[in-house]
Amino acid sequence: MSEQTNSLRNVRQLASMLHELDDMLVSCMRCGICQSVCPIYGATMREADVARGKIALLENLANSMIADAEGVNAKLNRCLLCGSCQKNCPSGVNSLDIFLRARGIVTGYMGLSPVKKIIFRGLLVRPGLFNIFLEISGKFQGLFLKDANTTLGTSCSSLLRPVVGDRHFPALAKEPFHAQLSSLDTPAGASGLRIAFFPGCVSDKLFPNVPAAMLTVMQKHEVGVYMPPDQGCCGIPALASGDRKTYDALVRRNVELFCAGSFDYLITPCATCAATIKEIWPKLLEGHSEKIREKIGLLQKKTIDVSAFLVDVLKVPLPASSREGKRITYHDACHLKKSLGVSEQPRVLLNGLPGWQLVEMPEADRCCGCGGSFSLFHYDLSSQIGQRKRDNIVSVRPDAVATGCPACMMQIMDMLSHNNDHIPVKHVIELYAETL
Amino acid sequence: MAISSALIKEFSVICGKENVLTEEVDRMSYSYDAAVLTPVVPALVVSPPAQEELGKTVKLAYDNDLPITIRGSGTNLSGGVIPEQGDGLVILTNKLNRILEINKEDLYAVVEPGVITAQFAAVVAGHGLFYPPDPGSQAVSTLGGNVAMNAGGLRGLKYGVTKDYVMGMEIFDYRGELVKTGSRTVKCVTGYNMAGLMSCSEGTLGIFSNIIFKLVPPPKASKAMMAVYADINKASETVAGIIAAHIVPCTLEILDQNCIKHVEAYTKAGMPLEAAAILLIEVDGGHAQMVEEDTVNVIEICKKCGATDVRIARNAEEKNTLWEARRNALPALARAKPTTVLEDATVPRSKIPAMVAAVNEIAKKYALDIGTFGHAGDGNLHPTILCDRRNKEEFHRVEAAVDEIFDVALKLQGTLSGEHGIGMAKAKWMEKETNRATIEFSKNLRRALDPKYLFNAGKKVL
Repeated sequence: MSEQTNSLRNVRQLASMLHELDDMLVSCMRCGICQSVCPIYGATMREADVARGKIALLENLANSMIADAEGVNAKLNRCLLCGSCQKNCPSGVNSLDIFLRARGIVTGYMGLSPVKKIIFRGLLVRPGLFNIFLEISGKFQGLFLKDANTTLGTSCSSLLRPVVGDRHFPALAKEPFHAQLSSLDTPAGASGLRIAFFPGCVSDKLFPNVPAAMLTVMQKHEVGVYMPPDQGCCGIPALASGDRKTYDALVRRNVELFCAGSFDYLITPCATCAATIKEIWPKLLEGHSEKIREKIGLLQKKTIDVSAFLVDVLKVPLPASSREGKRITYHDACHLKKSLGVSEQPRVLLNGLPGWQLVEMPEADRCCGCGGSFSLFHYDLSSQIGQRKRDNIVSVRPDAVATGCPACMMQIMDMLSHNNDHIPVKHVIELYAETL
Repeated sequence: MAISSALIKEFSVICGKENVLTEEVDRMSYSYDAAVLTPVVPALVVSPPAQEELGKTVKLAYDNDLPITIRGSGTNLSGGVIPEQGDGLVILTNKLNRILEINKEDLYAVVEPGVITAQFAAVVAGHGLFYPPDPGSQAVSTLGGNVAMNAGGLRGLKYGVTKDYVMGMEIFDYRGELVKTGSRTVKCVTGYNMAGLMSCSEGTLGIFSNIIFKLVPPPKASKAMMAVYADINKASETVAGIIAAHIVPCTLEILDQNCIKHVEAYTKAGMPLEAAAILLIEVDGGHAQMVEEDTVNVIEICKKCGATDVRIARNAEEKNTLWEARRNALPALARAKPTTVLEDATVPRSKIPAMVAAVNEIAKKYALDIGTFGHAGDGNLHPTILCDRRNKEEFHRVEAAVDEIFDVALKLQGTLSGEHGIGMAKAKWMEKETNRATIEFSKNLRRALDPKYLFNAGKKVL
């Protein structure tokens, strides 16, 4: 009995915490248009999986009409945070903002799972330790990985099955990017511009060719680069898991690190990092001092996707688009198109690649199903959504797939590899760098 | 939850365990639709995977006296799929989403009820044909839901509404027996026109298993234009003038001053803020030359009736820009305040100025912000009340205003609802528009087809 009253009191406390979201929740008019774009709903057709359903559940939790906080939390986590619902919402509901804040509130109430605690609070928040841990893993991974698809460079592992499931993943780089080059500080060349460079974790650890290509491109166009050492994660994995404490610490660390230098633009080859810095950092300011808030505002203004930088700022000269040559198709990363509104610029770059022709796949802007740690905890759902992306890709018989986000690259590689498709997956900047 | 675990098990045997939702978090997300009404959480939600299982589910539920609400995508605006109180059962149709046949020779299609309207229209277009009904929710609404609510849309004036495309169907009766009506032929007088009866039945008479839809050849050319008016009466005269000239535009939409103001605040697209109303007109047809002639005539009529400005879209891009205003009407209004109460009182088209004037009076009387847009050619207006449902005092005023809007519509020889349906929201008004005998007749009909009154009992006719 007393236990029951206790838990009721706690749920009431949770309800009052959720009331801070009230003004955002109430703007959902329950039209249901989010069903047409939600990748999860597309796979399950369950109302609790779509934004309208989740918002209704949060409202009911806030108004104490449901006591099953754990159940609501489980539904909240069935979300890729792709932003498709927000982008297409007729009444302009800030669903991404709602879900990120709600995850923080509910996790604060229920506590972070022990595994996540180790990863976020033990490793992620300490970039040095995180790097050492992954470097050791990288050295020994050959012992338990088996090649899955040589075109894609993916591996699979029966030993790691409990952690990675049946994934086909790119092995950790033999030498992560930061080990090849820990920092950089070069002056602006003929372009008169200097960028701050944020490679992002996935590029650094899995695709070091991507940041390397970035630097080649900047050098060629005579753009100065400021890359401070010991960069931390942008914070999104922690925030998505509701760990606001780790997230705030990572944001603070990166803000101080970058604002110590001078530069015109902040560039990252990762769509998710770019969207986090530009769209999410400025929205969650509560835990920061006035000084940090100002700096976040400054970084927001300066952050730009790499293809947008090349096309809109540098205005790089490109040959006319071709209807001949090898076929390349492009996947719109959610955080590029839906969060940052960047969809034309990467296509402009791809259209100008000598020897290639751009062929559009159906549903190019439909989410690939990765969703960061979503794919770890909901691999079945993630691969079901990914399979649709894979089918759309192969339907246009491409010789390669390009995208602007290393996380999407990872997911698309997994899907293609499982289907035994020999189609290489490249970052737009890698392909552009090859032409220089 | 009072449904016994033994009964739940029986549903699981029919539909599979994964298609029977018992958890509160799952059931709760079927407690509402797009109407601003109090949600009711169902006791059980079942999602039959195929037509046969749908029939068995209906029979089992009926035999066990469960109140049944059939639900597609849950987009209706009248509370038509809010579950019944008590041991309410929700049956989902969204797994019944196969297009069974598209026949290009005989111009029809056979579909299951859970097919999404816009996806169907796209597949039909891929076959070089046209399915015209285009309700505002078409991106997510189901065809079964469209038939149950007789959904309309922007093309009503020329192409009609959903019921005009229903050729026949198969339905499960309360015993779970399959009943057939209509056919794949243009003409069919076999038996009662039950497909006609089922259109607009709001889930109260039977459960659709599959539906035969008429398809038409697509228009070969179209032209869009926008006319601006300083006086809304002149816009209305234009509508009458166009019809009198025997031109039937495929769309003929109106936005009133307050709506224009909100669209401009949202889009900053340079809308004519001083205008009392704008008309958006599109003509289409089988020959480009005929469309050109109609366009010239429509422009002339607009000018003769006192339009202060007429713009014509010369290409697809300009057409898109013109339609931007109409497309943004609801998003602009919906963003202005937290809650959007979207009405659809409909009047004979000549009464539009009187209706708009009355709506503006009502807005003033109850101190509410109401923007009106709608289908001028059909007399189907959408007075949209912008409010905050958390403000109880304000919401009382909203309810009073809605009642008064209905009163005016009926006085102008109009109707309660042009396309959103009666559902729970307007059932109490039915007798006022019709009479006691009509209600009794409808109830007798219901009792004959649903003796236990279990099919969406609290909807449509009380």
